[in-house]
Amino acid sequence: MSYRNDPYDPKQAALLAPEALETAVAEAEAAFAEVTDLDALGALKPAHLGDRSPVSLARREIGSLPPAAKSDAGKRVNVARQGVQAAFDARQATLETERAARVLVEERVDVTLPWDRRPQGARHPVTTLMEHMGDLFAGMGYSVVDGPELELEWANFDALNIGPDHPARGLMDTFYVDLPGLVMRTHTSPGQVRTMLKQQPPIAVVSPGRVYRTDEVDATHSPVFHQIEGLVVDEGITMAHLKGTLDHFARALFGPDARTRWRPHYFPFTEPSAEFDVWFAQHRDGPRWVEWGGCGLVNPQVLVASGIDPERYSGFAFGIGVERTLMFRNGVSDMRDMVEGDVRFTRNFGMAV
Amino acid sequence: MKLSLSWLREYVELPAAPDPAELDRTLVGLGIEVESVVDQAATVKGGLVVGRVLEIEELTGFKKPIRFCRVDVGNPEPQEIVCGARNFAAGDLVVVILPGGELPGGFVIGARKTYGRNSHGMICSAAELGLGTDHDGIVVLPADSAVPGTDARPAVGLDDVIVDVEITPDRGYQMSVRGIARELSHAYDAAFTDPGHGSAVAPTAEAPHPVRVEDTVGCDRFSAVVVRGIDPSVPSPGFIQQRLTTAGIRSISLAVDITNYVMLELGQPMHVFDLNLLRGGLVVRRARPGEKLTTLDGVARVLDAEDMVICDESGPISLAAVMGGETSEYQPTTVDVLLEAAHWDPVMVGRTARRHKLFSEAAKRWERGVDPQLTLVALARAVELLTTYAGGTPDEFVLDINHVADPAPINLPTDLATRRIGVPYGVDQLGDLLTKVGCTLTGVEPLDVTPPSWRPDLLAPIDLVEEVARLGGYDAIPSVLPATRGGGGLSAEQIRRRTVGRAMAESGYVEVLSYPFVAPGAADAFGLAPDDPRRSAVKLTNPLSEQEPLLRTSLLPPLLATLKRNLGRGERDIALYELGTVFQPHLSATAPPVLGVDRAPSEPEWTAANAIVPAQPWHLAVALTGDAAPAGWWGQGRTATWADAIEAARTAVSAAGISPERVTVQAAGYAPWHPGRCAAILVDGKLTGHAGELHPAVLSTLELPKRTCAMEIDLDALPVKPVTQAPVISSFPPALIDVALVVESSVPAASVQEALVAGAGSLLESVRLFDVYESAAQLGEGLKSLAYKLTFRAPDRTLTVEEAVAARDAAVAEAASRTGATLRGA
Repeated sequence: MSYRNDPYDPKQAALLAPEALETAVAEAEAAFAEVTDLDALGALKPAHLGDRSPVSLARREIGSLPPAAKSDAGKRVNVARQGVQAAFDARQATLETERAARVLVEERVDVTLPWDRRPQGARHPVTTLMEHMGDLFAGMGYSVVDGPELELEWANFDALNIGPDHPARGLMDTFYVDLPGLVMRTHTSPGQVRTMLKQQPPIAVVSPGRVYRTDEVDATHSPVFHQIEGLVVDEGITMAHLKGTLDHFARALFGPDARTRWRPHYFPFTEPSAEFDVWFAQHRDGPRWVEWGGCGLVNPQVLVASGIDPERYSGFAFGIGVERTLMFRNGVSDMRDMVEGDVRFTRNFGMAV
Repeated sequence: MKLSLSWLREYVELPAAPDPAELDRTLVGLGIEVESVVDQAATVKGGLVVGRVLEIEELTGFKKPIRFCRVDVGNPEPQEIVCGARNFAAGDLVVVILPGGELPGGFVIGARKTYGRNSHGMICSAAELGLGTDHDGIVVLPADSAVPGTDARPAVGLDDVIVDVEITPDRGYQMSVRGIARELSHAYDAAFTDPGHGSAVAPTAEAPHPVRVEDTVGCDRFSAVVVRGIDPSVPSPGFIQQRLTTAGIRSISLAVDITNYVMLELGQPMHVFDLNLLRGGLVVRRARPGEKLTTLDGVARVLDAEDMVICDESGPISLAAVMGGETSEYQPTTVDVLLEAAHWDPVMVGRTARRHKLFSEAAKRWERGVDPQLTLVALARAVELLTTYAGGTPDEFVLDINHVADPAPINLPTDLATRRIGVPYGVDQLGDLLTKVGCTLTGVEPLDVTPPSWRPDLLAPIDLVEEVARLGGYDAIPSVLPATRGGGGLSAEQIRRRTVGRAMAESGYVEVLSYPFVAPGAADAFGLAPDDPRRSAVKLTNPLSEQEPLLRTSLLPPLLATLKRNLGRGERDIALYELGTVFQPHLSATAPPVLGVDRAPSEPEWTAANAIVPAQPWHLAVALTGDAAPAGWWGQGRTATWADAIEAARTAVSAAGISPERVTVQAAGYAPWHPGRCAAILVDGKLTGHAGELHPAVLSTLELPKRTCAMEIDLDALPVKPVTQAPVISSFPPALIDVALVVESSVPAASVQEALVAGAGSLLESVRLFDVYESAAQLGEGLKSLAYKLTFRAPDRTLTVEEAVAARDAAVAEAASRTGATLRGA
């Protein structure tokens, strides 16, 4: 079979006609635009891009063209095919985007459903606050020390200048036990004695922990409560250093407005001694002074009994009640809430205080 | 101690009307704890007037006799008042509160109809006015002592300010008008007249009555006077009665009241004897063991060899310094008296007071220290008051047996106060402040400071520094943060307790801090064996509750009580944890060596002393009941079981830094746990505690819910956390193989897993039991299937299938040989 060497033979290659290709592209574009989901789009693909699609059939006709016309026709078919493909891709991208958006909508849940799927535990606020206090002192360069709760009477009393005949010994409301020479510690101060017996100055320690007094439990008392006591011994330690330390501690715990106010007092283990109040601006009944603790310069007798030269060294000591602090700081109105172990009270604090 | 401001004013020139709040602050600033400062004029509000009873009409027909009175209260018309008291007559002066007034306690008076009559006000008793507790009738004022219609407050002593103060144990001198007035004079910079330096009786060579002091350590001064021919019928004058009542001391008789009055005024406790009841001369000595004395409170006491007594020929007649005896007691008919003012050893008095539980006003003062130079002034004051009101003639002789040593001077370096307080005190200021206290100063450097006789507490330089700081004012002390001193922060044990506590809380447990007090019955309730060491507990000799005298040897009894309290309050799903010490007494406990305080104990002494201190290890315990995970919109909940308790132990041990392969869990039989549901928790093969479900019988006894679970481990028994070494992480792919092994039901899963690990060798990265299956039909009776997921991986290459299968086969073979396991379906 021979062909005329025309660039184009409408009879032989009607599908390659520019109008036909334009129509194929336009029809494909229109068809793609009409479908609204990817499945329908996929179903249209063979008709417009498959082997029997107008652009594919047009490509086949290129062979029937005279050589001079082939290149031109080939370009035309490619452009048409790319047009259809681009229309398909564009529509597919649109539908995919729409589908992704629809899936997100369909997958919407009620995020306000309760989230208490795992029971929440909690730490006791006394523990958390006592640790926080210890950390503040650790940050000020102190060591945190422990001591036994069932303690040598000597360490709890005698070494702290509370001899057997000292009037204060009777005032301490001490729990005694059926073992000679032992008492339930009435304060954490024996921890300081133990430190001094182990270590020469410079000494900077705090001893937090449980202490015992024979008080019946009521709204403001408990026979078992917690204290944190501090001791610094070195050359040249003064009452001014004690005041600076307590003021700094108060600010760290309660904010920049906090400071302490002192009242002369008597403790056998310190001289001079003071009770101190703290200015607590966040009190729920308004800013006020709150009784906070006791302090003073370590009595030279205590240094002697602990093996430290009172001529060379001086020291200060202070003690603060943890429950007492919690009561005004966190608005605990009844001591019993802190000792009864009611989970509703403790859960309220979670991991923080 | 309660004192009136008017009394203090007799010795210190205070500002005209100090505001009670300011007086409170001033006393606090001096180191005197203030219970209250009460302006009595303000305690009764409204009209309180003197009234004269004009007419009394007796009303009958009521349960008790009632009087309808017409009272002149200064108005043209008499006031009509109904009154239930009977201790008055027409013409008497009484105290009337008018309608609109308010008595202490918020009792508002109105005009009201009562017993059929209109009553316009009330005739008051002393108790109603807040003056003591005398409720036996109304107050009748002395005739012509006041004018009807005038304010009655001055007439009944309601025009004063009462200060109630607590004196610290070191400052005996403050337990008197003299002491408080002195302190106020410092604060107000006001003139002070020391009543302790008032006129004194002059001792004579001869005594008015023979006295011998045998023990001059116990009694270093004994002074006495005799007054004869007093009128015993004279009552104490109003001011003495009022001031004693204010102080909380009962008025008894003029002579006794005077001794108490002088004690309050000067701080010198005194005693009055009926001279005619004394049998012969007095001897002051130690009691003989077993000697008996009936004291004024009517208690027959057996005396101790350390007690000091005053004796006559009949034996002890007074427990010296603490309380007199009955036989020589001042009587309503006494006309001749011997007044004694002595000085006793404070340590002796303190011991006697504690021994006999006699904390009298006198004992409180002796224990805190009394001025030894007061006896002759106190006697003079007592004689003056007694003869003024009751007549009588003092004996010409005055006894004074005096062995009092003068206070020793203290060497005070002039810079010591500055060095200790951090305030630059000048030498002049030191001298000024110490002179105010009553010290005399000589010398230049160091200063020789002699304390006054009333300050036995001033013994060392630091005692003087304290007075300088106190009177110089604590507000003057600057606030200086010292440099840090290289502390070590937290110990490893403290960090461990914190980490473990946090881990428990994060696992859903709520921390409690139970009292460590336990009932003796707890050991039986827990089913402890007779020889269980936990039965050996320290016992409090003065427990708050006789029911719970023991210190816990396990955290569980108090913890389970807390669990029960929560159940009682309506909680159902509870998981508690407690971190605390238990108390384990040494069975061979002996008394500790006696340690002095004049030096530190030697190393051997300190070690020996600490050897008797019971071990007090930190334990961790949990208790749980109800759901471990709640039901909800997500599905079913999960009941807390023995497995949760064991998991809690493993969580804690892991938080303590112990890696899982060092932990072994074994079946155990240990009270109070269920014998088939109790695990022993071992670390490096060493027992550290138990976990599981509690014994049904224990739960029944304790009335706790069935299936309640618990865990307790000894945290201090755990090895110190090692420095954790980093693992080598292979980046090659794993080979995952599942195996299901069939073993006898009694074979512990842990043993099978142990065998798999041992057999698989180093290629095994992890093993995880993912299913336990029991079915008589499928597997046969008494067998169970354990399905494991094995993960194999090599550090340096991708494993071939053959390598992985070989390792799996080796693991199964080891399990077969150790536990009789067979590959399921093989």
